[in-house]
Amino acid sequence: MYTVPLPRIGTDIAWRDAAKRLIGAGVSPDEVLWDFDGEMGELFAAATPLPPLTRRIKAPQSFVDMANWVVWHKDPQRFARLYAMLWRLRHQPGLMQDRADPDLAKLRQMEKGVHRCKHKMKAFVRFRDLRQGGDRRSFAAWFEPTHHTVEPTAPFFARRFADMDWMIATPDVTAQFVDGNLSFHPGQPKPDLPEDAAEALWGTYFCNIFNPARLKVSAMTSEMPKKYWKNLPEAQHIQGLIAGAEAKVQQMRDNAPTLPPERAAKIKRQLRGDPSEGG
Amino acid sequence: MARLDLSQKLAILSDAARYDASCASSGTTRRDSRDGKGLGSTEGSGICHAYAPDGRCISLLKILMTNFCIYDCAYCINRVSSNVQRARFSPDEVVQLTIEFYRRNYIEGLFLSSGIIQSPDKTMEDMLRIAKRLREVENFRGYIHLKTIPDAAPELIEQAGLYADRLSINVELPTDTSVKAYAPEKNPATIRKAMGDVKSRKDVASESSYTGKRGKRFVPAGQSTQMIVGADGSTDATILGQSTRLYGDYKLKRVYYSAFSPIPDATAKLPLIKPPLVREHRLYQADWLLRFYGFGVDEITAARPDGNLDLELDPKLAWALQNRAQFPVDVNKASKEALLRVPGFGTRTVGRILSTRRHRRLRYDDLLRMGASLKKAQAFITARDWSPGGLTDSANLRARFAPPPKQLSLF
Repeated sequence: MYTVPLPRIGTDIAWRDAAKRLIGAGVSPDEVLWDFDGEMGELFAAATPLPPLTRRIKAPQSFVDMANWVVWHKDPQRFARLYAMLWRLRHQPGLMQDRADPDLAKLRQMEKGVHRCKHKMKAFVRFRDLRQGGDRRSFAAWFEPTHHTVEPTAPFFARRFADMDWMIATPDVTAQFVDGNLSFHPGQPKPDLPEDAAEALWGTYFCNIFNPARLKVSAMTSEMPKKYWKNLPEAQHIQGLIAGAEAKVQQMRDNAPTLPPERAAKIKRQLRGDPSEGG
Repeated sequence: MARLDLSQKLAILSDAARYDASCASSGTTRRDSRDGKGLGSTEGSGICHAYAPDGRCISLLKILMTNFCIYDCAYCINRVSSNVQRARFSPDEVVQLTIEFYRRNYIEGLFLSSGIIQSPDKTMEDMLRIAKRLREVENFRGYIHLKTIPDAAPELIEQAGLYADRLSINVELPTDTSVKAYAPEKNPATIRKAMGDVKSRKDVASESSYTGKRGKRFVPAGQSTQMIVGADGSTDATILGQSTRLYGDYKLKRVYYSAFSPIPDATAKLPLIKPPLVREHRLYQADWLLRFYGFGVDEITAARPDGNLDLELDPKLAWALQNRAQFPVDVNKASKEALLRVPGFGTRTVGRILSTRRHRRLRYDDLLRMGASLKKAQAFITARDWSPGGLTDSANLRARFAPPPKQLSLF
């Protein structure tokens, strides 16, 4: 029996390394226990040394790509499911193309969950300006991801916000980008971030880009689920916008057509090139 | 008039911009700022940073440079004859708003549009100044969409294409007659010429010269346009026919359909209606069928004699119900083209069917796992353990999908 400890930071590389050794030594899935970040407790703490990497087993690239996502899922069974799939692939190399296989379907579904979480993190992280002076500006954000997505998503922020320092703190893992270097640290409680005046402007934009005549609340919540709202500054306006929408539209309908402003007639004459009208 | 502060201007000029449906930030070149000398990135797929309670994605800072306008388009909140409050951003204000919103991860970039002030050339020049500053002074590498002023000089539009990821020019209404009636200062021929210029300039840029060098990057995310639906009497057949021509002649990336929606201070010329949101939705579905499913306009709009789409059913289902002789199709044998025409099968499902059936003969449950909507598809397919029997030709098949009449008034 092997108990494989996997760290919270660098989970992907550790899993891949262990899986290569185990599969190369022909260790079957029911002989492996995966221990993520010591969650199994003391009982299994004494890890059996992994077999040396002697024989390399080829896995399809599509499996490797999928595994690189699935390792970040929150399901405690993720590592075991992946290893069981890798085990089956030894004798069924075409298995990855079988979209109807229930084990693969489950893994694909988990992969999709991680993808979605990563996508939502790219979308919903909201930085605040720390106003620290210095050559580079500094920003920080608090975010609560559904899966362990900070590590695979942080490089996106590094590519995008390379000319500033930033931190994304989460209860799971905290990412820091300072002077162009990205590093990961243990998760933390929500920090006190300074108020940022830009949030009020962003709220103004959010309220005014909304068209009250097209209220479709479920279309909004399916893409921006309520669990994210508490960390989105603009979300505080949502209830008010929904409540006031109907009255706003009714008012547009009830208002009698007004007379055009005086300048309208003048501008129109100029546009037509009417010579009787001077500047 | 009291001076407006930045927040008041933002309120007025985003309010004025919300009738433009497009907020896409996808499909441009891949860029990043890893060299530490600039800000921003674009990586293929766009990101919706928020959703408003109207269900629309907020990806870009979508604002007007100014809502002063010398034109008098009846459907537009900013027409010269409207008493809506007016405002104008300075170029610096637009640049700062874009950069500061971007740094906080609120947006993917800027969608800048404008009312026509003084002259089309003057307006376009001012918009260009903003785009140029973002790119050259701020080193901004995020997404920029510029609404082009069709009457502006071609050189200006050409310059715009060097700074912007996407250009758009709205055809506004589905027919020339309607444009003349409701947007008297706009000229449909000029709009088409401007779209044609952008297309040919983009074609030139994508060709390699004899030295093998590529031309300068020109609107990498292409051009798009928008049509207002429900303001004039055009049928869906007319609208989709126009879209097909636009996609074909100008290689447009997208045609957006915008349900005519109540505006403040409306004109008596164009009474306010409930925005036809279901119709707009059906048009988008039909647009997809035309572009990705191999359908022709005539096929999609033949189901009803009045040239409009069936509001109760999605257009593919409506077509299948009219063409039942072509069904059921065998998911284990049918061609890709035939599978794409099955209601409840999307392009992804079809791809999965084609790849999986090399390994096994597909059953009903297999299709479920591949993401097919079998509620719709089951009457139109056979699988290893499934045959629809008399369902395909049953008289009440439509009733299984069409909602009872009362529920139709949703919006």
